[in-house]
Amino acid sequence: MSTNDNHDRSNDRLGWRTVIAAAPTEPASERDRSRLARFSFLTHLRPVRVSSGAIAWSHTMGLGGTSLVLLVLLVLSGVLQMLVYVPVPAEAHGSVATLDHAVTFGALVRGMHYWSANLLIAVMLLHAARVFFTGGLGGTRRVNWIIGAGLLLGVLGAAFTGYLLPWDQRAFWAVTITTSMLEYVPLVGAAMRETALGGSELGGATLVLFYTLHTSVLPIALAAVAAWHFWRVRRAGGVIEPAAGNEPEKVAFLPHLFVRELSQALIMVAIVVVLAAAFGAPLGDEANPGMSPNPAKAPWYFVGFQELLVHLHPTVAVLVLPLLGLVAFVLLPFLAAPREGAGRWFLSKIGKRACVFAAVAATVATPLLVIVSDRFGSGATGWLTGGMLPIAIVAAMAAATDVFLHRVVHAPRDERRQATVTLFAVGFAALTIIAQFFRGAGMALGWPWGA
Amino acid sequence: MKTAETPQSKPRRRFLRWLWTGLGLVVIAETAWVIAAFLRPRSKAAKAGSSLFTAGTIDEFAPGSVTAFPAGKFYLSRLDDGGLLALHRECTHLGCTVPWSESEQRFVCPCHASTFDSRGRVLGAPATRPLDMLAVRVENGIVKVDLSHRTRRVAYHASQVTKP
Ligand code: HEM
Ligand code: FES
Repeated sequence: MSTNDNHDRSNDRLGWRTVIAAAPTEPASERDRSRLARFSFLTHLRPVRVSSGAIAWSHTMGLGGTSLVLLVLLVLSGVLQMLVYVPVPAEAHGSVATLDHAVTFGALVRGMHYWSANLLIAVMLLHAARVFFTGGLGGTRRVNWIIGAGLLLGVLGAAFTGYLLPWDQRAFWAVTITTSMLEYVPLVGAAMRETALGGSELGGATLVLFYTLHTSVLPIALAAVAAWHFWRVRRAGGVIEPAAGNEPEKVAFLPHLFVRELSQALIMVAIVVVLAAAFGAPLGDEANPGMSPNPAKAPWYFVGFQELLVHLHPTVAVLVLPLLGLVAFVLLPFLAAPREGAGRWFLSKIGKRACVFAAVAATVATPLLVIVSDRFGSGATGWLTGGMLPIAIVAAMAAATDVFLHRVVHAPRDERRQATVTLFAVGFAALTIIAQFFRGAGMALGWPWGA
Repeated sequence: MKTAETPQSKPRRRFLRWLWTGLGLVVIAETAWVIAAFLRPRSKAAKAGSSLFTAGTIDEFAPGSVTAFPAGKFYLSRLDDGGLLALHRECTHLGCTVPWSESEQRFVCPCHASTFDSRGRVLGAPATRPLDMLAVRVENGIVKVDLSHRTRRVAYHASQVTKP
C-alpha cells in the first residue's frame, strides 16, 4: 500500500470512509475503481468486475440474492416480535394476539415475518433447482452445494421451530404430528421424540426449546454459514458459466450488477410488504391439548412425508426414504454433476426435453399411484406391501423412464441423470400438493373446493 | 524463539502438541456433555405429589361405558363383564387426542381417521398399535388410576383388564 492510497483517509481517524467510501456510480478511472473496491468495506464484499453473461437475469434469476433479502427481512421482523412475544404456554397465544391487535404495525411486522419465511423456503428450493439445472454444482462448487444443503436444513429447522410459537391449534397439532413421526424410528424413536419435545409431551419445555433454537441458535448459525456460502461463490470465480474459448466479456459490478440486485431486492421487499398487509399471518384459536382439529397436518414443507406415511410402512416413510432423499440431495454433486455442458440451462436442448418429459411423467404417475394405493391398499402397510413393493414399482418406473430417454430420445448420460433427479423432485412436489390441497377431513382424498 | 529450534526440544514440542490436542478434545467432550444434559427431557420425578388419580366409586361406571377424564388425560372403560381399563387419550398413530364416539361405540381419531374399540384395540388404520394403558386399581370400591406410567402394548390381552 503506497502513501498515495492513503491520501483521502488522512483526516478520517475513525475510518468511516473505509465503510461508506463515497461510491461514485462512474469512477473516473480503472484505478479508482479497483481502489474503491479494495479499501471500502462495503464495496469489497462484491467483485470489481463481473462477466456480462453471468449477470443476465435468466442465468441465475437472482434467486440466491433474493434468499438473502428474505433472510434479512426475517431477522429484522423477528427481533421486533421478540419485544412483545412471551414464550410461555399460558401467555404465548395472547402475546401474539397482542401483536396482531394492540401493537402499532404489529400485524404488519408479523405478516412480513410469516411471508418472508414461507417465500424463503420456496425461493431456496428454486435456487437449488437453478444451480442444479445449470450444472453449477461440479468441481470446486461441490463444497458450496453441501454448504447450501446445510442452509436449507437450517432454514427448515427455523421454520419448523417458529411454527410452534403462536401456540394456536394449528401450531400445537402440526408440531405434535411431526414430532410423533419420530416415534416410528426403530429403537431410538421414542428417545428422539422426547428430546425434541423436552419431555414426554408437547408443553412449556418444548416451547422454550423451540424458542431458543428459533431466535438464537439457528439464526446465528445461518448467518455464519451464509457468509461462508457467498465467499465460496467468489472463490469459484463467480457463478457457473458456459465454457468459452476466449475470456468472457467483463463489465463493472457498479453499476451494472448492483442496480439489478438492488431493484430485485426492492421488488422482493415490496412483494413481502404487500402480502403482509393484504393477508397478514394466520392465528387460530389457542392450543387445546384435549381437542385435535380435523384433519391435522404437518407444515406444508413436511406434509409430503405425511403423505408417504399414508401409503407406506412407517419406518420406510419416516426414516428410510427421508434419509435416502437427504443423502442423495447432499451428495448430488457426486451423483449427478455434469461432466460437460455446465453453465447452460439443462445442459443442452435434449437435456431440456428429457427434463420436461420426466416432469410430466412424475406429474401424471404420482397422483395415479396415490389413487391406486388409496383404493386398493388395505391400509395395512407391512414390510412387503408398504415397503418393498412400492419401492420396486417406483424404481421400475424410473428405470423405464431412463431406458426410454436413452433409446428413444437418445439423451446422453448427464442429461438422463438430470431427468432422474427431476422425476423424483417433481414426484415429491406432487405428493406435497396432494397432501396439502387434496386431503380433507380424516385425510380422505377429495377436491380442494369440497364436495 | 531461538532455543525452541534446538534439536533437544523436539520431543518436548511433540509432547506439548499432544497435550494441547488432548486438552482440546476434553473441552469439546465436556461442552457436548453439558449441552446433552441440558437437552435431556425433563424428568417427571421432579414433580412432587401423588400421581394416583381418584376416578370415583366403582358403581359410577356402568358396564359397557366409557368415561372421559380430561384432567388425567385418559378414558376409563368399563367392559361388559365389569372389567376396567384405563386408556390414554393419545392416538398411537401421530399423537392426536382421540374422542370417544358414543353413537359409534368406538374411539374415532379426528386427524387421520384411526378407530379403536373400547379395549383400545385398533379397528381401523392408519394406527398400528392399541391405545396406551394406565394401571388401574380398585380399593374399597374406589377406582384409582396411576398416571405416572403409560404402558405401551403391541396387542390387547385379557390380562390387561383389572377385575374389581
Ligand atoms: C439461505 C439460503 C441461501 C442463500 C442466501 C444463498 C445465496 C446464494 C447466492 C447469492 C449465490 C450466487 C448466485 C445466485 O444468486 O444464484 C449462490 C450460489 C450457489 N448456491 Fe446458494 N444460497 C442459499 C441456499 C442454497 C441451497 C439450499 C443450495 C443447494 C443445496 C445452494 C447451492 C448453491 C451453489 C452450489 C451455488 C454456486 C452456483 C454457481 O456457481 O452457479 N444454495 N447462493
Ligand atoms: S393421529 Fe390419530 S389417526 Fe393420525
